[in-house]
Amino acid sequence: MRYKVYLIFSLVMLQVALLCGVLSSYSFLYPETLKNIVPFQQLRPMHVSAALFWIISAAVTSLLVHSNHIAVIKTANKRLINTAAGIWALTITVIFAYYTMNKYGGREYWEFPPWLGIPLLLSWILLMVGYGIYWLNLKNKKPLYQIMWATGILFFLLTFIEQNIWHIAWIRQSYIREVTMQWKANGSMVGAWNQMIYGTSLYMMVKMSGDKSIAENKKVYAFYFLSLSNLMFNWGHHIYNVPTASWVRHISYFISMTEWLFLISMIQSFKLKTSEYNKHKHLICYKFIIASEVWLFLNLLLAIMMSIPAINKYTHGTHITVAHAMGTTIGINTMILLGSIGYICKIDTASVKVKKAVTTGYNIAQVSLLIFWLCLVVAGLTKGYRSRVLQIKDFQTMMTPIYPFLKLFAVAGIGLLAGMGMIIYNYLKQLYSKRLHHE
Amino acid sequence: MKGASIWREKNCQSCHQLYGLGGYMGPDLTNIMSSKAENNARTFIKYGTGKMPNLHLNNEEVDNLVAYLSWIDKTGKSEVNDSNIHWTGSYIIK
Repeated sequence: MRYKVYLIFSLVMLQVALLCGVLSSYSFLYPETLKNIVPFQQLRPMHVSAALFWIISAAVTSLLVHSNHIAVIKTANKRLINTAAGIWALTITVIFAYYTMNKYGGREYWEFPPWLGIPLLLSWILLMVGYGIYWLNLKNKKPLYQIMWATGILFFLLTFIEQNIWHIAWIRQSYIREVTMQWKANGSMVGAWNQMIYGTSLYMMVKMSGDKSIAENKKVYAFYFLSLSNLMFNWGHHIYNVPTASWVRHISYFISMTEWLFLISMIQSFKLKTSEYNKHKHLICYKFIIASEVWLFLNLLLAIMMSIPAINKYTHGTHITVAHAMGTTIGINTMILLGSIGYICKIDTASVKVKKAVTTGYNIAQVSLLIFWLCLVVAGLTKGYRSRVLQIKDFQTMMTPIYPFLKLFAVAGIGLLAGMGMIIYNYLKQLYSKRLHHE
Repeated sequence: MKGASIWREKNCQSCHQLYGLGGYMGPDLTNIMSSKAENNARTFIKYGTGKMPNLHLNNEEVDNLVAYLSWIDKTGKSEVNDSNIHWTGSYIIK
């Protein structure tokens, strides 16, 4: 299977997401100068789509590589998966071509012309068939990561269909119905890819610690069911202020308080179980997992705050939402995926020079991300205070004191681009020059 | 609704929010049509501003977009009133 090609494709998506993110932040800050050169409304969909495609592509490739190591995927299934990956990558290329021509038609996060959803759906169905046959034939499905990977792939399909349900005229007849469905799908889709990514995180914990029980105990199974309920019901905080049924808020409020604590507890137990030797054997990969733990903790605090309706009133529609999105996608998802790709491309066996460069990139990225994240939180708090408490209605007046934080945020974005760029460059070099971990 | 298609094709959600959902470049437009800013909104849609691009919409397209925003405006208020918050901290919107 062409794992290397998919991994390279995923890393390129990450680089594009970072580059478009930095450019769009400057376009946001200086629209009078930049709106015709690098228009924000064109860069934002590129940034968001590249970030989504990075996460989904890397999550799927990681779990396929790990799965193939556990039990070799048969040639017929590999063909289906290869075809799926080919259609997936080609469609994404077409999507970016449309963005370049300023052609849209979709909705938040999926802004490309809607017909391009058809090949993406076809690709996912082929992946599901190829992986599904493999999975059903697995003798040992007991480790939780096996269940999480299959759950993630299945629920991505369901949420992708939900995401496109607005094509039915009845859904569009009520805006409340439409927006509720849209953000239900978006929220659940995050839950779906989290199943794939956290499954990979769990698999790596087992591999790095050598302790199989980490993925086969009552606590992690309980965590799985909590995360599954989270996937299905914890999307309500997106639409707390939409006048829809109240039970949505109450269930979401309750569910959202639970899942994250389990994951922190799980990673902490992993730290205790991992010997010093194993830590050093997989030092770089280990660092990425630890970073995801720190970001998990910070985003847990933010998520709890945002999920309390009375606080959400002040944070909703502010940059705190962006901090939450960036914190989880970069801090948690990306760190786990970079740890996984590092493990796959055997980054811990690379030359001292390469390891030093990756570690430097890692340090720059962590510091930059922290500044970046804090700026968004402060900007969000300021916006919430000025718009909800002071009731400033004029948009520019309300935003004026927020811009210094956004300028610092944009500078931190350059740091993030540089740090991540160092990691990506060295990963790509490693992918070109070495056999993968499971080859 | 034709205005909804224009909203999507011009990718308005990149910069604007409806019910607080969308981009943060510009203001939330959920209740723009019932606010005092209605006339400004029509002008902004037609010609853009220093920050907002000119979308080169004809009069019919502007009318359709305004009709779409008016339709959304009638669905509710983007901001939650304090009276809608229960003492437990949860919302009681019906």
